[in-house]
Amino acid sequence: MADDDEHLDTAFLALADPVRRRIIARLSRGPATVNELAEPFAITKQAVSKHIQVLEQAGLVTRTRDAQRRPVHLNPARLEALTAWIDQYRLVREGQFRSLDAVLQSQAAARGTQAKDSS
Amino acid sequence: MSNALKLTVPEGLPFIDFERDFDFPVAEVFRAHKEPELVAQWLGPRRLTIDVDHYDFRTGGSYRYTHTGPDGVAHLFSGVFHTVRENDFAIQTFEYGGYPDVVSIESMTFVDLGGGRTRLIAHAVYPSMEARDGMAQSGMEGGLTEAYERLEELLAGAKV
Repeated sequence: MADDDEHLDTAFLALADPVRRRIIARLSRGPATVNELAEPFAITKQAVSKHIQVLEQAGLVTRTRDAQRRPVHLNPARLEALTAWIDQYRLVREGQFRSLDAVLQSQAAARGTQAKDSS
Repeated sequence: MSNALKLTVPEGLPFIDFERDFDFPVAEVFRAHKEPELVAQWLGPRRLTIDVDHYDFRTGGSYRYTHTGPDGVAHLFSGVFHTVRENDFAIQTFEYGGYPDVVSIESMTFVDLGGGRTRLIAHAVYPSMEARDGMAQSGMEGGLTEAYERLEELLAGAKV
């Protein structure tokens, strides 16, 4: 679990940068080379390479070794893991509030008032 | 039918925001946040035992409760109520024992929508991005199974 947390933190930090988020967005449409990824940015290819390294270390992207192009691929499993805690948080909160609805309902019933008419 | 939870977890800012409507008057929603015996009925996931040490929902008050899972593991939650205004607003701190010394500040606004309906608007501020993601994640572990069960019930069209 501690390992998972560490990976998650690394991944979130990697995504804290807007350039890296745009790179991820581009890769979600398919693999691309560093040159292709650098194109839309007004920064050097070296800077883009560094961003890709950060994403690679976070496990968000992989680079294949075959051919000279070494295209960068998205790792969708890693991205899914990232959204997981937010989904968990949402589910737990939703559960809580549904319980709160039930409490309010039973309180209203105990008082013999209809919820919608009670104001 | 239940009202949808509107959750916002922004990128790059250590906040969690959510809004939820209730088909009940603001005084009732507030009361369910104030009275410990009512709070105990909804704050904890259903399969977890909630043990409220104290829950003093007023300006300068504090709270402390534990959730104990079927595995016997107790999760401690505590904080202070900085400001509580009846049927209107509350601001409190929140600390999860599994993530000690990292404290979030959470505000709740109770909005009277009229017609016996209420909107709860909550804003939580964490000390860092890491704290938000780490706390939100670790604090949710105990409730996950429960939440999925409820989701299944919901999808099955069962009444909660």
